[in-house]
Amino acid sequence: MDPIFLVEAAINGILLGGVLALLALGLNLIFGVLDVVWIAYVDLVMLCMYAVYFVVTVWGWPFWVGAVAALALGALLGVSVHVLIISPILTSAPINQLLATGGLLFFLQSFATFLWTTDHRSVRLTLPSWEVAGIFLPATRLIPFGISILAVIGLYLFLTRTYIGTAIRAVSQDREAMALMGADPRRVYLVTSAVGGLMAGLAGTLLIFQYAVHPFFGGQFGPLTFMICVLGGLGNMVGAFVASFIMSEVIAVGGVVFSTEMGYVIAFVIFIVMMFVRPGGILTKRS
Amino acid sequence: MTVGRALGAGLLAALVLQPLIPLGGYRQYVLHVAIQVFIWSFIGSAWSLMGRFGLVSLGHGAFLGMGAYTSVLLWNFFGVSPWLGTLAGVAAAVGIAVVIGIPCFRYQVIGHYFGLVTLAVGEVIRLLIIAERDWTAGSLGLTLKAAGGDSLWALQYANKQVFYYASLAVLLAGLWVWHRLDRSMLRSALEAIGEDETAAASVGIRVTRLKLGVTVLSAALTALGGSLYAQYISYVNPDTLSGIGVSLKIVFAVVLGGMYSLLGPLVGTALTTALAEGLRIAFGLKFLGMADTIYGFLLVVFIIFLPSGIYGSLREAFRRRASPPAPAPAVPAKTTA
Repeated sequence: MDPIFLVEAAINGILLGGVLALLALGLNLIFGVLDVVWIAYVDLVMLCMYAVYFVVTVWGWPFWVGAVAALALGALLGVSVHVLIISPILTSAPINQLLATGGLLFFLQSFATFLWTTDHRSVRLTLPSWEVAGIFLPATRLIPFGISILAVIGLYLFLTRTYIGTAIRAVSQDREAMALMGADPRRVYLVTSAVGGLMAGLAGTLLIFQYAVHPFFGGQFGPLTFMICVLGGLGNMVGAFVASFIMSEVIAVGGVVFSTEMGYVIAFVIFIVMMFVRPGGILTKRS
Repeated sequence: MTVGRALGAGLLAALVLQPLIPLGGYRQYVLHVAIQVFIWSFIGSAWSLMGRFGLVSLGHGAFLGMGAYTSVLLWNFFGVSPWLGTLAGVAAAVGIAVVIGIPCFRYQVIGHYFGLVTLAVGEVIRLLIIAERDWTAGSLGLTLKAAGGDSLWALQYANKQVFYYASLAVLLAGLWVWHRLDRSMLRSALEAIGEDETAAASVGIRVTRLKLGVTVLSAALTALGGSLYAQYISYVNPDTLSGIGVSLKIVFAVVLGGMYSLLGPLVGTALTTALAEGLRIAFGLKFLGMADTIYGFLLVVFIIFLPSGIYGSLREAFRRRASPPAPAPAVPAKTTA
């Protein structure tokens, strides 16, 4: 095989990794703070992609209006999911929360099918593409990558430099102690869900650059996103970031060397094995 | 529970004596729906063998797909009878269960970590089936090679009555297994493990061995169900028999009916099937997705307000009325939805 294909696959892997990192960080924030897996997280992203599609392609507004709409919708969805579904069952068995958001997944997928049919819809953007040493670098991949890296840095600064960000990290370390310190965990949960939703909105805006949206879009990225979160370590932002790039490289390079499915199979098998070897995430040592 | 027993016996008699019930021209359709309900509730109770003890698997599609594809591939390519093919499929599913189960239970992968590992396993099997497209025809699915007429050797019958009784018998056997486990000492041990593994181990319960045993049992029964379903429908598809979609559907039908009670999976499957069929008949294909929308909505509402499911909650309510000094329910039931 021509090594240029491998180089191209590796670069595509890095570019995919940026977007995966954004998806994983939003979910991981919620996962770390609330200890709840939102199985339907990528389906919220799917709704935000539809928002961009409708605002830009159907109603003809400029792209930034669509992006703002998607971000607002994302934050709203995040808060609604928390208030309506998670907060009533926050104290029941963890598996119930998993199942409740799984029910939401079914609901969103089939309601989207009902409203918008299973057609694939895309936003057509005319953006340039560069060729560097025989490798194509389309702006539709470079721009989302750049923005998601900026967003990841922004999230990092939010969590480390602001008061509420510090409170969020504190809750993810010890729920009870935080309540004893006089902070209101409910407010922290709400802000976390809103920020997680906002990340979903941003991810939706960036994913529509390269992917067509359809009701089952969540199935394409959902399982991968949870695995990245767990692989990186529950609530560990840096771990999730590293894990996104490992998974995206495995998928991109494995996809070229073997086949698309085998790329995913290898990535999932790595996840399963890592769960046994390093259950706390790739960056921790086994205790 | 004498009234309940009498009702159950009556229902069972009606199911067995089904040819005597006048159904007119609808018999074929009713039989088709009944077979689907029987097979899927059998798979649901196989799942709940694990699920009720906190071993929530989101990857039972792996076992289902293994059972279905093994028997169909062996028949199509080598002419091996599905009787043997099913055995091979069950053995393959047990193999997967052991390979995944031993490290999972030894390293104490529990709660949603277990769910995510099994989810990955389900996806791996689905992707492998798609990737091996030379054999399995990939996402297009594979049609069972016709044996040419009815045949016990090929387990192919044009008459739905045969599958009706076969799936009813399999379902009853599945319920019997559930009941046996429910009445055994192992149930208490498994419940203790579900509550706290370390504490269970400290009183001498062999945690890894018991969890592995119940996983293997559940996997074997699920593979059997998958194989039977493939024989009945005579078509297999990776997306309907393995992967995250079908795995979640199994879980949700059980949760809806109630995973802690014998008939919960049956009630849940019957309700979801009735809902899907009812909406299909009422609205046709115009409202594509509406049935699953209502289904998803109900699931969320149920998990929030009735975590022990429809059947489980009803049974609890009856029990409480029957015996006045009622123990407090584990979860306070709310009436507003």
